[in-house]
Amino acid sequence: MEETKFTPQTWPNHAEQATAEGKNKFVGIWIFICSDIVLFASVFATYLSLRNQGPAGMEFSTQSLFELPLAFVMTMLLLTSSLTSVYAMYHMKNYNAKGVITWMAITVLLGLGFLGLEIYEFRHYVHIGFGYTQSAFSSAFFTLVGTHGLHVIIGLVWITCLIFRNAKRGLSLYNAPKFYAASIYWHFIDVVWVFIFTVVYLMGVLG
Amino acid sequence: MSSVAVSKKKGFGAVLWDYLTTVDHKKLGVMYLFAGVLFFAIAGFEALLMRIQLMVPNNDFISAGLFNELLTMHGTTMLFLAATPLLFGFMNAIVPLQIGARDVAFPFLNSLGFWLFFLGALFLHLSFFMGGAPDAGWTSYASLSLYSPGHGIDFYVLGLQISGAGTLISGINFIVTIITMRAPGMTFMRMPLFTWTTLISSSLILFAFPPLTVGLFFMLVDRMFGANFFDHTMGGNTIIWEHLFWIFGHPEVYILVLPAFGLFSEIIPVFARKRLFGYSSMVFATILIGFLGFMVWAHHMFTVGMGPTANAIFAIATMAIAVPTGMKVFNWILTIWGGSIKVTVPMIYALGFIPSFVAGGVTGVMMATAPLDYQLHDSYFIVAHFHYVIVGGIVTAIFASMHYYWPIMFNRTLNEKLGFVTFWVFFIGFHLTFFLQHFLGLMGMPRRVFTFQADQGWDLFNYISSIGAIMMAIGVVLLVINVLLSVKTPPVNRRDYWGDGRSLEWSIQLPVPFYNFKQTPLVRGFDPCWLEKQEGNKEMMTYAEPLGDIHMPNNSILPLIMSIGLFIAAFGALYHPDGVSWSVPVIVIGLGITVLAMITRSVKDDHGFHVHVEEVIATEEHLYGKGGNK
Repeated sequence: MEETKFTPQTWPNHAEQATAEGKNKFVGIWIFICSDIVLFASVFATYLSLRNQGPAGMEFSTQSLFELPLAFVMTMLLLTSSLTSVYAMYHMKNYNAKGVITWMAITVLLGLGFLGLEIYEFRHYVHIGFGYTQSAFSSAFFTLVGTHGLHVIIGLVWITCLIFRNAKRGLSLYNAPKFYAASIYWHFIDVVWVFIFTVVYLMGVLG
Repeated sequence: MSSVAVSKKKGFGAVLWDYLTTVDHKKLGVMYLFAGVLFFAIAGFEALLMRIQLMVPNNDFISAGLFNELLTMHGTTMLFLAATPLLFGFMNAIVPLQIGARDVAFPFLNSLGFWLFFLGALFLHLSFFMGGAPDAGWTSYASLSLYSPGHGIDFYVLGLQISGAGTLISGINFIVTIITMRAPGMTFMRMPLFTWTTLISSSLILFAFPPLTVGLFFMLVDRMFGANFFDHTMGGNTIIWEHLFWIFGHPEVYILVLPAFGLFSEIIPVFARKRLFGYSSMVFATILIGFLGFMVWAHHMFTVGMGPTANAIFAIATMAIAVPTGMKVFNWILTIWGGSIKVTVPMIYALGFIPSFVAGGVTGVMMATAPLDYQLHDSYFIVAHFHYVIVGGIVTAIFASMHYYWPIMFNRTLNEKLGFVTFWVFFIGFHLTFFLQHFLGLMGMPRRVFTFQADQGWDLFNYISSIGAIMMAIGVVLLVINVLLSVKTPPVNRRDYWGDGRSLEWSIQLPVPFYNFKQTPLVRGFDPCWLEKQEGNKEMMTYAEPLGDIHMPNNSILPLIMSIGLFIAAFGALYHPDGVSWSVPVIVIGLGITVLAMITRSVKDDHGFHVHVEEVIATEEHLYGKGGNK
């Protein structure tokens, strides 16, 4: 299938939905996110019922474990990465392929920074004896935050693939929906993190 | 690629490759159907063994341990691996035709959903040959399953995890298909009821399967990687499993029964030769059942001790579901009322379905009464109730639809006479088996027991119940014989096989070409096929576009490879608690195969292909003779 060449003037307003496939992807990613919300809701509910629960005399609690400064830095990294993915979408609307790739790459870097800090945090907990099998609390904590971390990894691999595949060939109605779906997914991960920050770290430290 | 207009006779290898790589919704529908029949037969055989064991008191036909495995595998297989794929088969084969689409929204995901389901099911069944099947019931309550020895539960957890992912993917696919792929004029309130129920039941899959995934994951890491979600000495709580399981498990019942309602809502108007009574109230009732279906899960847990307030709330919500269901029953009856009824095989299943299902529903309302449920809990009354719903509702719908849709799916017909015999043998057998189990339950016989003492007044009823089960088995064998005989019947090669078809799928000339519609249809009203026939349109269809090139998706082997990767990884996880050295490498290799296949899919362009006008005309001439589709 030959791809039509566009100019910023002829580039459609909603390029991500300009083809039938694009519209399917657009609806599909939103429907998928609906089910992912339920997935996270189940893990959140489990965490809330198991936090601070452990074998008799467990020394770990949310108050003693979590530190807000680190969580704050991680939150800012992820929130900023959401903003940069918005910039990428802004450039997509203006048919600026270079802008899309650049800002998506910055998004990936910020995401990697977040992931690095999360790995550091997990290593620290394991180091002080709060491993995955230590208690129901530890299992629930690592599962909740780890499920989010896994989503981050998937998002990073996905966006990286898109960047490498499309770095040289400009925007088209074929790849525009792909970038758009990836950015929606990335926002969703960000929103989930806001809930994790609130429920796990903020409520954990402050009461 | 199937774009070859005049297909030559293909070799076995080519046909096999075609089915392994196909993304065609019609072929996937057939594959779902046959996979479903296979697992239905296996699970039915397990039930038969259990009924033989319970035929007489103090029987030693099978051991207690094997009985536990059989009852677990019977329930798990019937719900996840038989009823679901059989209904998915019809959804795949029929829904795109009903809405005037050339394929589903994501043909690639459709194929992935099938292969995940199939390999997950295969994995679960390997347990029989590899050290014992799961034995904690299909609900697999954590207090039972956490310390169950051997690998049975691990097979359950991993197999369902894989096949559940497939079901979720297919559910998303159906939702998007029905939202975006409808032909011009096919508004939401013109959609046939089967399409509506597919949409709602897919939405239930969307919200119900993630809690199951989470619950299974907890069980997986608890058993295989030392986590502590359910271990109370480490702060865990087994009730979490029960909640997560039933948040999934109750909607699962509606996931299965709503499409069954939809199928009967297609069959009844055609053979009553009357418009479906109360179409909009049917749609409303479907949505309401789907909504309420999520509010009632804890009625499975009345005896857990949640307290009177929670029990009362869930009891009332459960009773409320009887209202929309009752609306549907009355609508079916009022469709039949005053109709010019033609009693065909699908219709007689529909006529048998209404009273059977009502009986199952009424006992459901009885059990919703929490105080009474304390008496009935874990007795044979429960067994009788849910078999009335599942066999009386879902299985009859599947059998009816096999007869009803066989011409569209295979361009062949099932034998009517044999169909009637099958119906009566199966229907009488079904009531013999399960009607008396209500009374066995009221007399105090607990469910899931492998034998019982004589002279408690249970002997005769158990004996009759087992006779009924044998009759049901004969009925299924007759149906399979009917399917085999259909190969020899002459091809249908015309439109509107039943003569009174109403929805769009009957407007298509059989056999259905691989692109479904040479021109996208224009839907001018509810029941488009009926409408066009009323206006004397011989083609039974108005077109929305001139004859032109048709865009179709490419076949792909990647879905199978992705599924095989997870299948391999599951073995690594399974043997991880044994401390074997190869378990982690096998997990990594399996997941690596899946991830590599996904990356390949991501970076390789897949634009599909175009069938040119000349090819379309040639295909039509090849299928329907000179003059093409006229």
